[in-house]
Order: sequence, then structure tokens, then C-alpha cells
Amino acid sequence: MSTQRTPVSFLAAALLAVGWTSHAALAADLAVEALAAPCAGCHGTDGTSVGLAAPTIAGLPKDYFNEAMFGYKTDTKPATVMGRIAKGYDDKQTEALAAHFAAKPFGRPGGQAIDSARLAKGRELADKYCQKCHENEGRDADGVGVLAGQKLTYMQFSVSDFLAGKREMDKRQKARFEELVKDHGAPAFTDILHYYANVK
Amino acid sequence: MLAPDRRSFLKLTAAGVAAAGVSMPWVARAATQRVVVIGGGPGGATAAHYLKRFAPELDVTLIEANANYHTCFMSNEVVAGLRKLDELAVGFDGLKKAGVTVVTDLVTGIDATAKTVATKGGQSFGYDRCIVAAGIDFKFDAIAGYSAEAAEAMPHAYKAGPQTTLLRRQLEAMPDGGTFVLVAPPNPFRCPPGPYERASLVADYFKRNKPKSKVVILDAKDAFSKQKLFEEAWTRFFGYGTADSMITWVPAKQGGTVKEVDVAGRTVVAEAGRFKGDVVNLIPPQMAGRIARDAGLAEKGWAAIDARTFESKAVPGVHVIGDAAVATAMPKSGYAASSQAKAAAAAVIQLLRGQPVFSVPLINTCYSFINKDYCFSIAGIYEPSPDGATLAERTDAGGTSPLAKDDDYRLREARYAHSWFDNIVKDSWG
Repeated sequence: MSTQRTPVSFLAAALLAVGWTSHAALAADLAVEALAAPCAGCHGTDGTSVGLAAPTIAGLPKDYFNEAMFGYKTDTKPATVMGRIAKGYDDKQTEALAAHFAAKPFGRPGGQAIDSARLAKGRELADKYCQKCHENEGRDADGVGVLAGQKLTYMQFSVSDFLAGKREMDKRQKARFEELVKDHGAPAFTDILHYYANVK
Repeated sequence: MLAPDRRSFLKLTAAGVAAAGVSMPWVARAATQRVVVIGGGPGGATAAHYLKRFAPELDVTLIEANANYHTCFMSNEVVAGLRKLDELAVGFDGLKKAGVTVVTDLVTGIDATAKTVATKGGQSFGYDRCIVAAGIDFKFDAIAGYSAEAAEAMPHAYKAGPQTTLLRRQLEAMPDGGTFVLVAPPNPFRCPPGPYERASLVADYFKRNKPKSKVVILDAKDAFSKQKLFEEAWTRFFGYGTADSMITWVPAKQGGTVKEVDVAGRTVVAEAGRFKGDVVNLIPPQMAGRIARDAGLAEKGWAAIDARTFESKAVPGVHVIGDAAVATAMPKSGYAASSQAKAAAAAVIQLLRGQPVFSVPLINTCYSFINKDYCFSIAGIYEPSPDGATLAERTDAGGTSPLAKDDDYRLREARYAHSWFDNIVKDSWG
């Protein structure tokens, strides 16, 4: 899933590989690189965050990225600065950003404050309540966000928004959340999030 | 705006590939093209880093006088005792690994005709394009009695480093019940919310450690960045607006402008009267850094640029980014400098390739703390006007954090601010 490449970049790479340098091809790539570059100040170089709160945006499926940006633009997804920033990008730019970051690998630089005592319980709960949608230990993201190695702080904010009804859930997610809270209480999410944040 | 259009371009290139075998006139380029970047702050470091990222074939040299740099961002946390100065230190090994040639030397001049940069160490560096990130200098002589030497007694602490430590030590040594006088500069200046964040974090330090102490801000202005958010927080945490408020702000219209200081008497003379401080933090009026002024880039104190390319309006072939540049609506912030560096890097590459420069939106994001768990932000999206005259802010985007938000929102911004620091440092210096 991290192998998605835009045809143009692929073509430019192919041209370079055989020793041809098309300045126009490089310009097309550079335009997208330059469009995406200012995101790195908060989300990290190439979209992998080395901070402890801002989420990594590399390797996210294009649809997920576009939906998130749409949510920020319309103030329907909870945000701090993103509600203000997303409004500065039109649909074409947002789609170019989505494709750009989807093609970058989701980095897992570590360095998070993981409570290892929570991992076993977290994994057990994740297997039971989460992994049907968040497959491959949360690395895969078919219509959902990447959880594996995502920032713990960001995921805690997200869960808190879901539980408070501030962020929309689909029926399946809502049912799972309710079931988990009923069986184990809301604090059980903390175990699960430590487990996912720790996946390498 | 994204140009050239990727889809139509794809067809063109596909046609080019189909015709492969015929000669490719653009293939050969004899000499490696050289870009010299002057200044190792967030603007210069980011420019050097992204020149190599965008165009690895370029020969990129960064010249910086010091072997390491202390970020100004988060230095108010050092002043307030929440962070150690060492945590703000960055070196240049990351840029070296990225393929940048890093030279530790002081630039003494730019010869725009010969296209060379000279250093104090006697070296000369030829360039095809030069990027200057000169930062700021202080107008020490704008306030009678103040000077670079006087700053050893009345620190500005507005370039991070020994001055930051000095102000911190003075605040630690100050007795409870003392007065901290902060003199805020006139526009334009680096980090517009910086003086007010500092006043907040010092008041928070006092509240926790020296609760009878006061903060007095003497201001050369009648308004300041994120003012309503600061005032809301000051009212809540420091009794702002009441008789025993920990923070007093004296705007210009109430005589806050400082014209003179008595360094030995630790007193500043404002239009409203004389203010004696146990600690005086005087942030002087500012101008573009020396290199920009010496090179004739900053005729009116700051460097006028073409907003599409950041090329100087005074000196062709030399681009100016960050605090030293007149970026019209864009504030002088670390994030703005790094955003400008990336746009300038892309423009320089296009110019060197003889290709049209495209324009992309630039971002500024800037956080201000009141205490370690209470923070707010401003964000903006900026676009160059088609004639390059201005970097205009998108009015349908950006803005400050809302007023009257709950503590969870402020806490989130505090966490995002620290996360921002880690990312921007790594993204700039590698």
C-alpha cells in the first residue's frame, strides 16, 4: 500500500533512470513537492511526524486524507489549527496532497511514552474489538486511519472526540465502541492505544 | 495553483518517450550549479535542506558564523524555567548528511556582479543563485542610554543563547515582590506574539514561585498579536484588569513608548513616566540582519523581494527569506521563514533550470503559551500576487484559536505546540 506512485513521478523516475533529464517532468513533480512541503513543519518531513502529538500523514489512503480535509474545511471534524488551514486549499490541491502523501511511507520513528504494562491487555482487546477493520495490527487502512505507530496523544484526542459524540462514527465503529465501553469501560481504550502506538 | 497541469503534461511526456531515440536537447548541462545559502537559522537551514531534497544534483553551501544555533522558538520556556537552553541547540550534522556543504565562517560581503560571497576567514564562494537568511539585528541606538553593552544588564533575550540564560538568571535572583519590566518593540519585529507570551510565562513563573511579583509591559504599540486571547487568559490567570493584576500593559497611547533608559538605575523612561524594574527586559526596535544591510539588500531597513521568487528587488540573483525580508502580510516567524525557504528553494531551482516559476500557498503556524498546559495559535495561508508585489493572506482561511474555548482545547494546542517544535527542528536542520 505504500507503493502507490503517481504516473508522472514514475515516468520522471524512469526517464532519470535511463539518463534523460526532462526539466518539464521535474517541474511537475517539484510543483507538488513544493505544495506539500509546508505541511512538514507540523507533520514532519515527508509526512512522518517525529513530534509526540501531530499525527503522521504519510501512507494514508487518498480517500481517508481527502475526507479528513473535507471534514476540516466544513468544520465537521474536530480540529485545532487544521480547521483554519484546510480552508486555504481547493479540491484540486487537496487531491494532489492526498496522492503525494499516500505515496510516502508511514514512518515509525518511535520515541513515544509507551506504558509496556498495558501492551498485553491492549493487544487482547484490540484483537477482539478493533482488528476486523484495523487489520494487520492497525497497519492497513482500508477506509480507516492507520493506527500502527500513530501518535498516542493524537489517538487519545480522537477517541475522546468519538466518545463525546464530537466526531462522526459509522454504524460498525459505533457498535464496537459501545460494546467495548459496556464490557470494559472507557479507560480500556488507553490500553488499546498504547498497543497500537507501539506497533513497529 | 498547480502548474504545469500534471495530466496534460503526462501526455506530452508520453509523446516524448514514444519519440525516444531522437536527440534530447535538454540532456546535457556541463557544470554543476551552485547555490550559496547565508545564515543557519530556520530560514537558511530549511532552504539548504530543501534545495538538496528537491534537486539533489545541486551544489549547496550553507555559511553560518556559529557551529550551532539556538532556536528562538520555545526560548520563552527557557526564560520561564520550563525548558533548558540546551534543548534549543541545533547543529548542522543533519544538513551535512543531506549533502549540504556547511561552512562555519562569518560572511563579510556579497559581490553580486562577480557572484561571489566572501568570508572573514578569507574564503570566497561562487554562486549561480544566493539565498540570504540574515535574520534581524537590533537598533541599539534607537533608545537613549541603551547599547549592545547595556544589554548585558538589561537583556533583550530576543536572539536565543547567552541572553536567554542571562534573563533567566535575573528572574531567578529577583526577590518576591519585585517588578519585571518588559519593553516591547514597535512594528515590524520578529515573532509578533513573543513579548506577550514571555510576559505570560514569566507571570506564571511568578505565580508559582514569587506570587507578590508584578509584570509591567511598556509598549510602543496600541495593539498586538493574539491580543484578545492573551487578555482573556490574563484575566483568568493573573487578575488582568483588576487593581491587583499581576500584569499591567501600557500601550503607546497611554505613554508606553520608551525613549530612554538609565541602565545603572535599572530604570526605563517612558512617556508615561519612569519605571524601575528589578529585572528589565528591553526588546529593541529591529532591522534586517547585518549581511542583508551590508549587501545593499535592505534599503529601508528590510529587504524588498518579489513574492513569487523571493529574489531581491535591489540585487539580482540574490534571494532573501525569513525575518530580514518584507513578506508583506506574512509575519516574521520561524514557521513563515521555513515556508518561505521551501518556496524560494523551488523558485531558485526553476530559475536555474530555465523553467517558469510556479506559485504555491505558504503556511504560517505559530503557538503561544500562557502556562505549560494552556496554549493558543494563529495560522495563515499566504499566496503571492501575480505581479509578485505582495504575499497576501487568504481571507477565507487561517485565523487565531477561538476565544472562550475549554481547557481541553488549550491543552491540545499545548501538546501540538511541543510536537510542532520537534517536527520543525527536524524538518529544518535534518
